Amino acid sequence: MSKQIKVALIGNPNTGKTSVFNQLTGLNQKVGNYPGITVEKKEGVCKLPRGIKAHILDLPGTYSLNATSLDENVVIELLLNKSHKDFPDVAVVISDVENLKRNLLLFTQIKDLKIPAILAINMADRMDRKGISLDIELLEKKLNTKIALVSSRKGTGIDTIKELILEYRKLPTEPCVNASVIDKDYFENLQNAFPDQELYKLWLVITQDVNFVQLNRHTIPDTSSFNTKSRSELKRLQQKEAICRYQFINGTLKEGYKVDAGAAKGLRASLDRVLTHKVWGYVIFFAILLLIFQTIFNWSQYPMDYIDELFASFSEWAKATLPAGVFTNLISEGLIPGIGGIVIFIPQIAFLFLFISLLEESGYMSRVVFLMDKGMRRFGLSGKSVVPLISGTACAIPAVMATRNIENWKERLITILVTPFMTCSARLPVYLIIIALVIPDKRFMGLNYQGLMLMALYLIGFITAVGSAYLLHKVMKTRTKSFFMVEMPNYKVPLLKNVALTVLEKTKSFVFGAGKIILAISIILWFLASNGPSDKYANAEEIVTEKHRGQDISEEDLNTEIASYQLENSYIGIIGKAIEPAIQPLGYDWKIGIALVSSFAAREVFVGTLATIYSVGSEEESTIKNRMAAEINPVTGGKLFNLASGVSLLLFYAFAMQCMSTLAIVKRETNSWKWPMAQLILMSGFAYIVALIAYQVLK
Amino acid sequence: MKTTIAHLKRGEKGIIKDISIDNVPVKLFEMGCLPGNEVELLQVAPFRDPLYLNINGSFFSIRRETALLIEIEKLNETRAL
Repeated sequence: MSKQIKVALIGNPNTGKTSVFNQLTGLNQKVGNYPGITVEKKEGVCKLPRGIKAHILDLPGTYSLNATSLDENVVIELLLNKSHKDFPDVAVVISDVENLKRNLLLFTQIKDLKIPAILAINMADRMDRKGISLDIELLEKKLNTKIALVSSRKGTGIDTIKELILEYRKLPTEPCVNASVIDKDYFENLQNAFPDQELYKLWLVITQDVNFVQLNRHTIPDTSSFNTKSRSELKRLQQKEAICRYQFINGTLKEGYKVDAGAAKGLRASLDRVLTHKVWGYVIFFAILLLIFQTIFNWSQYPMDYIDELFASFSEWAKATLPAGVFTNLISEGLIPGIGGIVIFIPQIAFLFLFISLLEESGYMSRVVFLMDKGMRRFGLSGKSVVPLISGTACAIPAVMATRNIENWKERLITILVTPFMTCSARLPVYLIIIALVIPDKRFMGLNYQGLMLMALYLIGFITAVGSAYLLHKVMKTRTKSFFMVEMPNYKVPLLKNVALTVLEKTKSFVFGAGKIILAISIILWFLASNGPSDKYANAEEIVTEKHRGQDISEEDLNTEIASYQLENSYIGIIGKAIEPAIQPLGYDWKIGIALVSSFAAREVFVGTLATIYSVGSEEESTIKNRMAAEINPVTGGKLFNLASGVSLLLFYAFAMQCMSTLAIVKRETNSWKWPMAQLILMSGFAYIVALIAYQVLK
Repeated sequence: MKTTIAHLKRGEKGIIKDISIDNVPVKLFEMGCLPGNEVELLQVAPFRDPLYLNINGSFFSIRRETALLIEIEKLNETRAL
């Protein structure tokens, strides 16, 4: 295979950079992470004419080469390091025809690094409507480059980019702005101190530390010895540099870029008047949220039921077809349900990201951030935390994945850490059955107690999430300076291809990222539940059959009792019994203990486990409920599920980190086991204490 | 008292005069927030924070605390056609 041309796509956010990337690579793309950090790395292969291929790297969006976030820093680290394996042969700078002035700032910086650069002017389809006309030839001459006029929406100009990439060796590399004029003496001294290095690169290295502290940049020349200027002097120079660049850009565009002022502001102003309105803005936002979560609940129910049934029958089929034995059990009872437990989340994840990417692509998300920022900031969150938090009421897994839009790491981490407190749909079956058991079905002033309790649990979840965010905000030290600036992009009709690729990519990253951990834990849990150390487990069938010898008992009842006896004597049963002393003060017995341990796989497993352990044949809710209602607490002699133990259990499930899938996704998103472990210990510890207090007070 | 971006009313415009360099991030300079450029306040969120601006043709919102660091001169024109 011949050597591929290495291309880096660089551009401001909201310039349609990802659309161009999608157009260039199609489905030949993969999304990963940069080593050690959670910044997404998108790369793909593009076929050029004459059988040559290009490796395309879609760098995170940035406004300039002065990094203020980890994402932007990726761009600078790469462009400053010629020996980096991804260092581009050619940079394609994507710009938006309507924001060309601002977009060119980054372009002139890249030119100063003497990297061959192609300027792609995107959104060319909007030129007519906005009354913009360009003199491409003149701009090419002034900017010392080749220009491709592109419309990623219409798919035009992509071939021009490909042609230009192919001919990248012919691109001029002279810079268009001489940044050193802002302080001649200083730059002269700098060059003399490091004669082997490029001057603009040196300047960037020096100023990076002003913008963005604490980084280990071992691959870049050490300029720390060269500190002849104070921080604020450097910053003054940076401002001068920006002015200098804009002077050049204004001069260039004056001749090559014309806007017919007759074409008014149009859509933006009229939509903003409503969508960012003090009252209507919020009304519309909450209406949209309501619509989104209604559809997520309603639409994903059907595929989820289908997936559930499919895997159940697949598992039965495997059991019936394969030769009986340990290996078959592993496949039919461990592996298949384990995979099913991952696949079941796909509908919710796909639907949520369908809506999120529609909101992002249309430009509406920035307006939400604008509206919600002030309110969320009080709790150490950002305007961008709203969507993850509310998504948490469906499922914490897509919600944690949705925090990727939050640039500020601290705000993002806090959002990730508190989202699992929101009442997710998996808690619902547990809540419903316990509420039905212990809360009287009576009305007070027309309000049903059971309904009130359920609402209270949702409120408790939300208050705990926001309250713990506030605590974390106070406790956690900020590593990077927080600064809020949200671009308000133009409203656009979302591109279906981009939306579809986002959904596909998020789903894949869940299945292959968190899926492995979920599968591993579910197989471990299966092993623990279906194996036991003593003869009692192995001989369960004979022991139970012996006990009922001569009695009139149906085969079905006998089988459910065997299952119950097996579970009691399995490893998980033994764990349940072992933790009994610890959970007794909470009002639980060892049977609930087993259900607690096994529902770590997913909260709703609680109900199913109780069904097995009480040897109720069916998972029919009323049957389990009646059986649970009859259960006696061995210590007190009273009912096991009374108000005290019921409320204690409800609170335990409200707070405890009873979800391995969430832990797996948090591990993936934070790239370390530290945060999921902290969540597990803190949330479950808190849950224990609250449940303990509740039981002891109500007892 | 200095007039800053935070003192603009909705729909009002101003010319940027001076920026508290030490406290304003470089990113804002690069967005076009530089002395001499025009700024228009398009929309304010409740409690007058954040502020939605058009500076030099770029549309973005910043928090009030940042807006207070950018001194301007109000343009009190009634733009007639």
